Amino acid sequence: MAARPHAPRRASPTNEPLWVRWALILAGLVFMALFLVLPLLAVFSEALRQGIGAYVQSLQSPDALSAIRLTLLVAAIAVPLNVVFGIAASWAIAKFEFKGKAFLITLIDLPFSVSPVISGLVYVLLFGTGSVLGPWLKSYGIEILFAVPGIVLATIFVTFPFVARELIPLMQDQGTGDEEAALSLGASGWQTFWRVTLPNIKWGLLYGVLLCNARAMGEFGAVAVVSGKIRGQTTTMPLQVEMFYNEYQGTAAFALASLLALLALVTLVLKSALEWRFGDELAATGRGH
Amino acid sequence: MKGFGRFRQPSVIPGFGLTLGFTITYFSLIILVPITALVLRSTGLGWNGFWAAALDPRVLASLRTSFLTALIAAGINVVFGTLIAWVLVRYRFPGRRIFDAMVDLPFALPTAVAGIALTAIYAPNGFVGQWVAPLGLRIAYTPIGITIAMIFIGLPFVVRTIQPILEEASKEVEEASATLGASRLQTISRVLLPSLTPAILTGFALAFARAVGEYGSVIFIAGNIPFVSEIAPLLIVIRLEEFNYAGAAVIATVMLAISFLMLFVINLIQAWSRRRYGYGS
Amino acid sequence: MEVRVQNVRKEFDRFPALHDVSLDIVSGELIALLGPSGSGKTTLLRLIAGLERPTAGRIFFGDEDASEKSVQERNIGFVFQHYALFRHMTILENVSFGLKVRPRSTRPPAGEIRRRALELLDLVQLSGLEKRYPNQLSGGQRQRVALARALAIEPRVLLLDEPFGALDAQVRRELRKWLREIHERTGHTTIFVTHDQEEALELADRLCVMSQGRIEQVGTPDSVYDSPTSPFVFGFIGESSELAVNVERGDIWLGDRPIGIAAGDNQGPARLFFRPHDIELVEGDAALAGVVASSRRVGGTRRVELELGGAGHRVEIDLPFDHPAGERSRIAFRPKRWQLFPA
Repeated sequence: MAARPHAPRRASPTNEPLWVRWALILAGLVFMALFLVLPLLAVFSEALRQGIGAYVQSLQSPDALSAIRLTLLVAAIAVPLNVVFGIAASWAIAKFEFKGKAFLITLIDLPFSVSPVISGLVYVLLFGTGSVLGPWLKSYGIEILFAVPGIVLATIFVTFPFVARELIPLMQDQGTGDEEAALSLGASGWQTFWRVTLPNIKWGLLYGVLLCNARAMGEFGAVAVVSGKIRGQTTTMPLQVEMFYNEYQGTAAFALASLLALLALVTLVLKSALEWRFGDELAATGRGH
Repeated sequence: MKGFGRFRQPSVIPGFGLTLGFTITYFSLIILVPITALVLRSTGLGWNGFWAAALDPRVLASLRTSFLTALIAAGINVVFGTLIAWVLVRYRFPGRRIFDAMVDLPFALPTAVAGIALTAIYAPNGFVGQWVAPLGLRIAYTPIGITIAMIFIGLPFVVRTIQPILEEASKEVEEASATLGASRLQTISRVLLPSLTPAILTGFALAFARAVGEYGSVIFIAGNIPFVSEIAPLLIVIRLEEFNYAGAAVIATVMLAISFLMLFVINLIQAWSRRRYGYGS
Repeated sequence: MEVRVQNVRKEFDRFPALHDVSLDIVSGELIALLGPSGSGKTTLLRLIAGLERPTAGRIFFGDEDASEKSVQERNIGFVFQHYALFRHMTILENVSFGLKVRPRSTRPPAGEIRRRALELLDLVQLSGLEKRYPNQLSGGQRQRVALARALAIEPRVLLLDEPFGALDAQVRRELRKWLREIHERTGHTTIFVTHDQEEALELADRLCVMSQGRIEQVGTPDSVYDSPTSPFVFGFIGESSELAVNVERGDIWLGDRPIGIAAGDNQGPARLFFRPHDIELVEGDAALAGVVASSRRVGGTRRVELELGGAGHRVEIDLPFDHPAGERSRIAFRPKRWQLFPA
């Protein structure tokens, strides 16, 4: 096909008149500004409302610091576990043909369609009073609910699909050719995995880890239900934000929120960078949630 | 017919047993067992008890609030989401890439952060709230506030579902329409938009499903007044705090059932559009 | 409806796709724009359609200057290589589309639209399929729907952009014949673009051979085949063999040997073109002679590759497959019909 002119000045058969284009662009941008940009700006403006001094101070309060520590701890456990799961699941799904595969893929998407509150609720029902497992574990001194393990479990539940969803279409796209070649050259299963499969999926993996981590650190509903919100012990950053907010400590709430917002922005930037540069290798997934 | 009874096709690749076994174990432990516990708990009340709890007026009101606001929010997202997807795909303007990336903000931003930010903006003394307060309108702490929060979190679902379809659409079809005498408006309304129908429907369903279950972004800006602005997930939390586990389980089961229904509907849409149009969304 | 292209130039971001092209198309004829990719043939077609605007020059439909008219106003029918059917509409709705989008004043009543659409589907031999959707049809069927859709608006000119390019060889051949029949029946002025010379030679009343944004030659298939006016046309249409020769004292010389052909009073280096089958075997010195490098049978002929003279020029000639000369290792020949172009 002959080259097409770029952004024609006059309306061509497949373009709208200039004024229509600008009107639509404006409408879209105003909508986005109102619903997306404004909240983001509000976080920072509220956090800095009483000056930088108050901002820094509230971040150094013991509650804030313990919340940050807990959030990092939970993410450090949940994300790697979900990575291992994601790789295992996509290996099983992409490299083999077996019955029930489509069903498994649908099931993996389950946490996405479930309200976060329900995600937390299921663990309360499983380990709370009136259940079988709860008291039994307690007799061994293991507390799940209202303690860190419960928070980790709930976080794993809600972030569980992210890595798998990225890797499955990617590995399905890549097929089994490379692995079969490696095996035919004498590599063992593990060698094939480390030297052939992993490098092939590294960008998709990174992308999945990015999304998984953002959600793990930011999860609210599920964790709120299982944590018991014991300050200084079982409050993650989002929970601590709520706590500060309900106690009318606006600056502290927004200051902590601003850290999470910065995390979100960094995630977005890295995500976009990965998409633009490695779009082809991340392909097939469409834009994931 | 040889492979008929076989569970899986033979392959030289190792690790099937290991990976599938791990996958299923992990999945069962983390997901299946807990959800089974949920369903079991809610049956603990017995059939009549279940329906009594499910049809309790406050529960029904909360479900109605959640569903109505989610419906309206998804509807608004469909209109503006399509517009935004169109503008991002078809036009070039300064900052386009930044706005494209921004669409994902609701995915990346923790829900609690969004919640307090939206409340700050729409409260009577907030940036937007202060303008509408003199008019007697209140946005925060009303169902309107709930809807706005749901618009925030649902927007990316619509945009990201429609964008790939628009990107793939060939210009030839539009040119064909023009050669047949259709004006630009006719081409858009009779040719382009109808071909986007599966994507629009899917985006709507996804945004709706997400909004119905949303908690963190909504509870700050909602009034949480029973029968007026109380959302179903909040009612679940309240029941939990009252140690009415069975009651909470019942509401959760109802919501789960509706989630599965939505998932099913989405799959139906995809299958129908693949059959009818020859492509999915 | 006759179409006149007058001194048209088209540039895309400084890249010249067409240089000063002029063409007169006779009303009711079926003319092919033929050339390799990059020749500008599709660009020319799209300019006539109104899908692009010329950088300079004018386009006339009859007496009317259509250069400034939008594609909707030109009332042309366009058929795309990849059909461009509306996937969410049935076949009938596709064909009726052009009539349904007319302004109220010129729009026929619904019953009339349906009747005409069904009539056209009958013309393209797809009756009975009106309720189907495009993705339920084969490629050949889809292209016929595309044609019916274009004909529905009673266009002044019918334009086809490599209409059979996306179809496989068998279907292509069938649709070629069928397009010719439709053209004889309806009599529309038809312009079609193709890179397949066999198709052009078989279908068209006239050919317009293009290369690198310029028209090389316009003429009937016979005249273009038998009397090419440029090396490009000679080489592009039909098979050809080329030799670098010298014209001295009215004779053509290959290296140090005259080949026994008089060339008028030109002097100097030249390019000799002839067709492999347009040769006669001769004895004697004044000929093109050489050693047989390879010999292949292709159907009813034998294709012989010769290495000529000292400098090792290679040419191909065709002999009947059972000709005794096919066994020999040295062959001498002269072209019966040939053309000479300046080097």
